[in-house]
Amino acid sequence: MELSAGGRSGFVSPNWVTTRLDDLVNWSRANSLWPMAFGTACCAIEFMATAASRFDLARFGMERVAYSPRQADVLICAGRLPFKLAPVIRRIWDQMPQPKWCISMGACASTGGIFDNYAMVQGIDTIVPVDVYVPGCPPRPEGLLYGILLLQKKIKGESVFDPSLRVEQLADKNGLFLEPAAVDELSEPFGNSVHQTRSA
Amino acid sequence: MAEKRVLELALATPGVDEAGNVLRVPLVSADHTAQEPELDSDHMLINIGPQHPATHGVLRLVVELDGEVVMRVIPHIGYLHSGFEKLGEYRHYNQIIPLTDRTDYLSAPANNIGFALAAERLMGIEITPRCTVLRVIACELSRIISHLVWAGTTGIDIGAFTVFLWMFQERERAYNLLEAWTGARMTTSLTRVGGLMADVPDGWTDRLREWARHLPQTLDEVDRMLLRNGIWLGRTQDVGVMTAAEATNWSLTGPMLRASGVPFDVRKDQPYLDYDAYDFEVPVGEHGDVYDRYLVRMEEMRQSVRIILQALDRLPDGPINADDARVILPPKRKAMSDMESMIHHFKQVMEGVPAPAGEVYFPVENPKGELGTYLVSDGTAKPVRWRIRPPAFLNLAALPKMAEGHLLSDLIAINASVDIVMGEIDR
Amino acid sequence: MTGAATPNSSVATLRERFGASIGRSTVVLGATIVVVERSRAHDVFAWLRDDPDQRYDYLVDLTAVEYRDRERPLEVVYQLRSLPRNAVLRVKIELDASGPLEVDSVVDLWQGANWLEREVWDMFGVRFAGHPDLRRILMWETYDEGHPLRKDFPLRGRFSRAEQVRRALGADLAAHYSMDELSIAEAYAALPAAMRAGLAREAGSGKSEAGA
Repeated sequence: MELSAGGRSGFVSPNWVTTRLDDLVNWSRANSLWPMAFGTACCAIEFMATAASRFDLARFGMERVAYSPRQADVLICAGRLPFKLAPVIRRIWDQMPQPKWCISMGACASTGGIFDNYAMVQGIDTIVPVDVYVPGCPPRPEGLLYGILLLQKKIKGESVFDPSLRVEQLADKNGLFLEPAAVDELSEPFGNSVHQTRSA
Repeated sequence: MAEKRVLELALATPGVDEAGNVLRVPLVSADHTAQEPELDSDHMLINIGPQHPATHGVLRLVVELDGEVVMRVIPHIGYLHSGFEKLGEYRHYNQIIPLTDRTDYLSAPANNIGFALAAERLMGIEITPRCTVLRVIACELSRIISHLVWAGTTGIDIGAFTVFLWMFQERERAYNLLEAWTGARMTTSLTRVGGLMADVPDGWTDRLREWARHLPQTLDEVDRMLLRNGIWLGRTQDVGVMTAAEATNWSLTGPMLRASGVPFDVRKDQPYLDYDAYDFEVPVGEHGDVYDRYLVRMEEMRQSVRIILQALDRLPDGPINADDARVILPPKRKAMSDMESMIHHFKQVMEGVPAPAGEVYFPVENPKGELGTYLVSDGTAKPVRWRIRPPAFLNLAALPKMAEGHLLSDLIAINASVDIVMGEIDR
Repeated sequence: MTGAATPNSSVATLRERFGASIGRSTVVLGATIVVVERSRAHDVFAWLRDDPDQRYDYLVDLTAVEYRDRERPLEVVYQLRSLPRNAVLRVKIELDASGPLEVDSVVDLWQGANWLEREVWDMFGVRFAGHPDLRRILMWETYDEGHPLRKDFPLRGRFSRAEQVRRALGADLAAHYSMDELSIAEAYAALPAAMRAGLAREAGSGKSEAGA
């Protein structure tokens, strides 16, 4: 569909038809995100509380929590991710069909949290690409809902005709999808962690 | 190694042999001819988890099934191993308190209290009467909210979804109380060595009393739905039975041990926090099946309400922190104006409070069972060893024993009745 | 509740019965601790469990402690409880940290020791002779950075973060999710001949089976 010469091959420059179509598609995607609740630890309990009666995810269209990745839209990693669990989340992510997004819920999923040690992945973004980070330990349900609304806003800014958005970032022969130097940089201790563990 | 891969269908998860090779289940024999695997043609190997809605966390179960009947189940844990005990060796005692929140995250105040009591015993610190009673209230509140989650998730696993919503609604009301007291709904970091992070706000005790009076009504509603429900009885009675002797030998603990008929409760048998001054009963089951565990936990919630109401009546006025300037941070005003207080503040924050050389094992009765904190000190401000004796770990270890010979859906019910929390199991 | 300074009466009886195999005993903060010689430890435990006056029928905990002071031995610590007598005893076996770290397993006495001993193996590298299934329990089976709770193991591990991620992701997926563990084993006969031949070739050449 080359309606005009864009910068990238296959990219269609926006016009009235495509923007209307984008609006429709994005509206339907954003309002019916089926979460793949990858709940590991304490954040999973707050996720359950968000889905329960008081905060109610159902009003955002996320009531149908998909327990099979094949039927899910957004991977919500709720909780800390140890190295032993890393291939599991990678496999779950790979099994999810496009379009898919990822919310990193909580401090541990975003950066490793208080666990700057041998067992913990220092942020799931070293393993899967993340769209929204929700800080907190654990984030309040309102915080998670805000993160979900941010994701909805992000989705509404996407375009169906931009193929670069839906590229699968596959792992290379080493099993990483980032450069090793990038992984090391993302995992560096920062803030308190630098000072608290002097003897390490 | 590679050439001599013998056809050997070990049904346990492959481990490693002495040479460090991963033992696997190859599909060809040593002479490279295809052969029928020795797996009995009726048996299936099924993998449940670690990502699965019914495993209550990242637990992986490898199940050998003969049709619907479970021949063997092998649990794999460690998917949430976070290096708590290693981390504790690099933290001061007060810095370990937030770590304790995140082990058994369903009953965080109880963990905080268990650790603080161990550290105080190690350092020889006496806590104040008001602190003692407030800690009892926090422990029993934790017991209730943990059992609420347990009841909800067990209900979901067995098919009763409504219970989950009711229980979570009660838990939300309890969260309001915890948030008013500590600022956090779940990860409370309630205690400090020698006292508490803060006193309860004004009017809090009235709100707690109101909540405690209301809770038994919800429990009665749940009982009306489940206690004599034919489906519930059919799914839970005579399922996952452990006799008293087996429960003792497998080191089961808490409601699992008591449901099997062993009347051991740390609050009664090795009392702490003046529990011997309270009037309460410990429910003990008979049959050791899932139904008895349900009865035990529901009754424990009612007894906890009883304890809370007694504690509220006994709550004395006074300070919440021990009168020990070496251990307790001075009030801000004094730290800013008085040299000695400033030095105490500086030393506690920058260097931590050293504990005398020694060791202590302090058990408390957590909702999941006996939580033991084993602290070893070498005279410095950071422990040499912080061992958490995790009750859910030992309860889960007995799952293969309990589930053998039952149906797959019974396995789910038994797993639910164990009341696991992977944060504590894997630490 | 400071407790009496007199040791638990089991210690005196232990000394009478096992003599030189019983090392020093102390009372620390109300708890009786007794050190037992490694070679006779299993007999000691069996007696503690079965003797009608002792009846330590409940294993509370089993763990290990390594001190920062290199002079001190590595201790394997057993917390025992007698439910009928409501008594507790802490038993330790001291191991030279530079020597072979091995003790006898007590799984045959208390089934609760099964996972506890696996954890001590995983975290400290202490072997338990006679354990039915001694493999790592908290880390994955092919983890080779070391034994994390040893004092010479750094907090953040030995490898760089990128290396740790790489190893975690590259850990033989078949060992975690063994395709063989799934019902494909049953379907082997139904696979096309070419695929069976391919599997046979791979197995023969020593390459790992193609994971999904």
